Amino acid sequence: MSSEQEKMDVSVWRGDAQSGKFEHFEVPAQESQTILDVVSWIQQNQDPTLSYRYACRVGMCGSCAMMVNGVPRWTCRTHVNKVLDGNKLEVGPLRNLPVIKDLATDMDVFFDKWVAAEGLHHPTKSREEPIEQITSDSAERMEANAGIECINCSICYAACDTVTGNPDYLGPAALQRAWTVYNDAKDADKQVVLDAVSGVGGCLNCHSQGSCSLHCPNDLNPMNAIAGLKRASAASFFRRRR
Amino acid sequence: MLDIRLYMLQRITAMIMAPLTLGHIAVMIYAIQGGLSSAEILGRTQGSVMWFLFYGTFVVAVSVHAAIGLRVIVAETFKMAGFALSVLTWSLCLIFLFMGARAVMAVTML
Amino acid sequence: MIRPHRAHSLWFAYILHRLSGLGLAVFLPAHFYVLSLALTQPERLDSLLQWSDQPVVKFAEFGLVFLLAVHIFGGLRLLAMEFLPWSANQKTIAASAVAGAFLISTTFFLQAI
Repeated sequence: MSSEQEKMDVSVWRGDAQSGKFEHFEVPAQESQTILDVVSWIQQNQDPTLSYRYACRVGMCGSCAMMVNGVPRWTCRTHVNKVLDGNKLEVGPLRNLPVIKDLATDMDVFFDKWVAAEGLHHPTKSREEPIEQITSDSAERMEANAGIECINCSICYAACDTVTGNPDYLGPAALQRAWTVYNDAKDADKQVVLDAVSGVGGCLNCHSQGSCSLHCPNDLNPMNAIAGLKRASAASFFRRRR
Repeated sequence: MLDIRLYMLQRITAMIMAPLTLGHIAVMIYAIQGGLSSAEILGRTQGSVMWFLFYGTFVVAVSVHAAIGLRVIVAETFKMAGFALSVLTWSLCLIFLFMGARAVMAVTML
Repeated sequence: MIRPHRAHSLWFAYILHRLSGLGLAVFLPAHFYVLSLALTQPERLDSLLQWSDQPVVKFAEFGLVFLLAVHIFGGLRLLAMEFLPWSANQKTIAASAVAGAFLISTTFFLQAI
């Protein structure tokens, strides 16, 4: 490439669950470069001990999500020139998740909460019966469709300050998934979903900060899904009292 | 932190207080004109069943609402939970209730 | 400063709602105490009311009315979001809540001085 390459000052978080700090690297700036390119360059050319995750590198798996200049993003889809601050970059592991090493976080708690929010299918029919007819333009189906493209990248979970303050809080992704199941005509047990999401760690804790919907790279809207769950929980509360 | 009962109490007291608060602000904007004096205030409120009910309801609702609101803030900021948190919530509710009831009685009773 | 992931208007609406609620909760016992003086020490109440005629106190009262108004208007936005069908213009409503609160508290202030 060009012989006179500008250098970027990239600080990368190094450490584990106990301790860590930011380390600085000088990385040559390229014409067209993503944050994932930068992290990979560091690992391949400067420090092979840097740990990080990626897989598809084309914005469909969500594995490469990290904090870039304090904002959770897919690093494979974040162009350097969109986020470069002067010539500085700061890359860190996702918030609200325990760190395993450097930029790799422990996703167990995220997936445990996904299951705990009852984002599971409860069948209505057996294989002997005809298939449930789904109308794609019913209100419920459209509500469900708005949330089904979640790829579990955990960016909304990292962005949410209610998750930070409340360790029991299931989080936006898990609750959004529960909302898609709740609105699914094929699902038999809506009450089980409601009970799961209106308990101690449930949707009722959401303060509608909106960081989830703002930062979702798939343009999903967990805040709306959670508002829907609140509405359903309140309606169920009044119905049961009668 | 919030279960469905606390959540609904919070929202219902909020809905009860919405018209009461707007009324209170309107009264304040009216009353503040020309300065305040205890004679002026008490002249309006003393012996009035309507003001007693208005502010009495307000005090009950705000005691519940503020106690739950503070519960959430304390839980999320200081990670307090369980029995200690419940004790704090109840104590705050009772303090607001007691002090508020005294204030309502002070301005409406003859 | 504000962490970058929080630097957006709906998060400000959240923190404003939380801080206004906190401020009002701290103010309320003092408010109740002063009013209850009508029962036991009405002369003290009157002297406190006279003291409150100072411009700096009136400005503080303006601040309190703002906190109350912004808390209730922001709260109405939340109740609407949680109990009525989704409305996409949350940021506009939040900004209107702040503007409305400012309008009301300024009206109060102008009547007070």
